Amino acid sequence: MTTAESTATKSGVKAAGGSKFTSAAASYLDERTAISGITKELGRKIFPDHWTFMLGEVAIYSLIAILLSGTFLTLFFDPTMTEVHYDGSYVPFKGVEMSAAYSSTLNISFDIRGGLLMRQVHHWAALLFVAAIGLHMLRVFFNGAFRKPRELNWVIGFVLFILAMGEGFTGYSLPDDLLSGNGLRIIDGMVKGIPLVGTWVSYLLFGGEFPGGVIVPRLYSLHILLLPAILVAALGLHLLLMVINKHTQYGGPGRTNDNVVGVPVMPNFAAKAGGFFFVVFGVIVLISTFFTINPIWNYGPYDPAPISAGTQPDWYIGFLDGALRLVPPGWEVVLWNHTYSFNILAPMIIIGIFILLVLLYPFIEIWVTGDKREHHIADRPRNAPVRTAIGAAGVSFYAVLWAAGGSDVIATHFHLTIEAVTHTLQALLILAPIIAFWITKRVCISLQKKDREVALHGYESGRMVRLPGGQYHEVHQPLDDYERWRLVDYHDYKPLMIRPGADGKIKFSQRLRAVVSRWFFEDRISPATPKELEQGGHH
Amino acid sequence: MAKKDGGSAESELATKDGAVSAGTAVIAAEVFQNPGMPPHHPRATDQDPKKEKAAARRVGGLFLLSVASSIFAIVAYVIFPITPGNLSSVRLNNLFLGVGISLALLSIGIGAIYWAKNLMKDGEWTEPRHPTRGSEETRAAAAEVFKLGNEESGFGRRTLIRRSLIGALVVAPLPAVVMLRDLAPAADPVALLNKTMWAKGVRLSRDPDGTPIKASDVTIGSVFHVIPDNLGDAESRLDEKAKAAVILMRLDPQDLHVSEERKDWNYQGIVAYSKICTHVGCPVALAEQHTHHLLCPCHQSQFDISHEAKVIFGPAKRPLPQLPITVDDEGYLIAQSDFTEPVGPSFWERA
Ligand code: HEM
Ligand code: FES
Repeated sequence: MTTAESTATKSGVKAAGGSKFTSAAASYLDERTAISGITKELGRKIFPDHWTFMLGEVAIYSLIAILLSGTFLTLFFDPTMTEVHYDGSYVPFKGVEMSAAYSSTLNISFDIRGGLLMRQVHHWAALLFVAAIGLHMLRVFFNGAFRKPRELNWVIGFVLFILAMGEGFTGYSLPDDLLSGNGLRIIDGMVKGIPLVGTWVSYLLFGGEFPGGVIVPRLYSLHILLLPAILVAALGLHLLLMVINKHTQYGGPGRTNDNVVGVPVMPNFAAKAGGFFFVVFGVIVLISTFFTINPIWNYGPYDPAPISAGTQPDWYIGFLDGALRLVPPGWEVVLWNHTYSFNILAPMIIIGIFILLVLLYPFIEIWVTGDKREHHIADRPRNAPVRTAIGAAGVSFYAVLWAAGGSDVIATHFHLTIEAVTHTLQALLILAPIIAFWITKRVCISLQKKDREVALHGYESGRMVRLPGGQYHEVHQPLDDYERWRLVDYHDYKPLMIRPGADGKIKFSQRLRAVVSRWFFEDRISPATPKELEQGGHH
Repeated sequence: MAKKDGGSAESELATKDGAVSAGTAVIAAEVFQNPGMPPHHPRATDQDPKKEKAAARRVGGLFLLSVASSIFAIVAYVIFPITPGNLSSVRLNNLFLGVGISLALLSIGIGAIYWAKNLMKDGEWTEPRHPTRGSEETRAAAAEVFKLGNEESGFGRRTLIRRSLIGALVVAPLPAVVMLRDLAPAADPVALLNKTMWAKGVRLSRDPDGTPIKASDVTIGSVFHVIPDNLGDAESRLDEKAKAAVILMRLDPQDLHVSEERKDWNYQGIVAYSKICTHVGCPVALAEQHTHHLLCPCHQSQFDISHEAKVIFGPAKRPLPQLPITVDDEGYLIAQSDFTEPVGPSFWERA
């Protein structure tokens, strides 16, 4: 096996190119940029390989597709709300009064060759982008890949997720169609519900009353300038930290906390990743070729009076809408001559807390475990039962909110009353996380027990033999060292003990920490040990 | 190759660097040994030159297919133009252009991955990791930089300079914040929210065509979507419509439960309510004829028109504001006044 160091030293600028031209060009560049240093440092860096590591890549590649298609759209899109009479080739709207933004989006769709394709590429890529970030985040969570030294990168990644949703919402609002206008109407109503400043914030945001004539150009500068700039900068930082921290890897024979096992950037990883970029981009274009997305011509230009039932926002906004839907009736009070809209504030606060908990989770877990060492081996989810259960609870909380965003669709589809669906979802919002937590923890622990069992006794071979005494016994296939290692390579933790401080007193925070720590680590299953194996696994 | 086992690596880490706490991790004394990298199995393409050749041909073939597909996309752009008014020409343009581009991209991608998997050097490489933190010398040197910076500038010592600078930096962004004031015109938003275009004598007309509505046109059970007759004169039509949109229904007067102060607000069972949801402002456009319920599709608030639009389900709190109506001499429905309360979503200054 080649080690990276020995090959890295060989990959100096001179050795890089076979042909004269490449080496001359490389030398020219190096004399002006010292690029040989970076090439030497990064060119043969080892990247671990696993399909779950590709989720983050999918996000980056769909972002590139978004940037390219978005730039094309800017060439034709008119981000103003000036009233025009439509004069394009979509016959049903001939002469209809609409904003220039809506009219130009129709033109992109129906008068510019490839325009519809690029709009759909932009929109499908946006949906994929947010989905990929979400799944990537779940991967990182369930692997414990946010642990030291990667806590800050978790935070940056989460900020990217929020920015992506912001980009999605601002973009969705640009065509100024009936659906996007209703989305903005909801934002306006929510902003107005903020105590003290809400009315003014809405007034300033919309440049007067809702809908006004400036919101589309304002969102446009956010959408194509400010947010993408922050997003790309944050992404750069995210990747830089990833290079500095190096990627986590799954445990396995030969893999330790002190090494990286994988393939070198040049050429293997570069070829796979580059190829994968084209695959992702190709799949996005293929989907956009065959599946319509956001057919704004079916909705009509924005008008505050009409609406149609059963329409849905883009998937990643659904949970916000769902949170608004689940508020029970009557949550609004007038106190001291001011209106407190708890029917708006409560969902905002609950989602705010949820977001904060996710954002700060790495720091919470470190507080519980007190573990300040670096962790580079990805946990198998079963080996951190409580973390995995917390993740499952979080996912189910989000899932219930998300389902609530489609409560009317669920009701009509399954012939239920909207009341029944809403009440069920209200109950589930509280129950589902608890149930999910409990089940997940149990499942993890039984998987751990099973692992122990297999590590000590081998696989069940399915072959039965009859013992001399007449009983039947299943023959177990013993494991080799490599197979066993995968099952036993994890850390064991014990709950924190309360220790009095220098003054002999136990602080409240210490007590709390001990309680949380006990909850976090109770029921844990220790990895099997060689001694147990020697003793024939009788423990 | 690292042959260390997880457990001893851990205790080693914990002792090597006393500053790093293992927290509550159990440093087990006796654990399994990491068996090291498993044996390597060569690929078919490494063993059989014929297979290797075939794989190389496949990769080249895919890249050439990509060239052909790109050219196909360009040709499709030209030979499938969009003819104005013809939707199927749009569809064909989209289809062939899209198929060409996706094939071009996919075959580059699949080719490159196939190349990497089957022809590039196979195996797994190992590289050591080092603790992320800088070495002790580096950290000391960095601390020294700050110390020198502080000493040479006197930042810590010269409190006047330090505090005044911090003050200046805090105040400096304030003009930028103040400059956001002109995001909206000088008017007072609360006053604007308190009034709509409805006023005494304004006729109720149909949305969107603007024809006035005669009381006799409104049969029991029918629903009209209404705008003020003078909406066309509005400076900003959509802003006004967003407040003035009304939904009109006629109920059998027996079904109508009216409070004392509103007993003149309907005209022979014809009632007019704001169409703007009191939750966050969607149009409450769905009417159920036999139950007299209005449903807001955004978050499913339901309002009971027979009981002055009180909320019977959903997150909205307040009833839809009622527009007092009557008829003029020609029998057309008119407003008696503006709404008597702000329409639409709640806001801080509303109460
Ligand atoms: C993560 C980043 C982004 C996301 C999630 C995103 C998402 C969206 C979405 C969902 C739409 C609505 C498309 C539709 O009509 O169906 C949109 C519109 C648009 N986006 Fe983006 N976008 C992003 C970045 C960009 C960038 C960087 C640019 C410019 C370089 C851009 C330019 C545009 C333009 C011009 C429109 C309006 C045209 C139209 O709606 O067809 N976008 N965006
Ligand atoms: S806007 Fe009507 S229920 Fe939310």
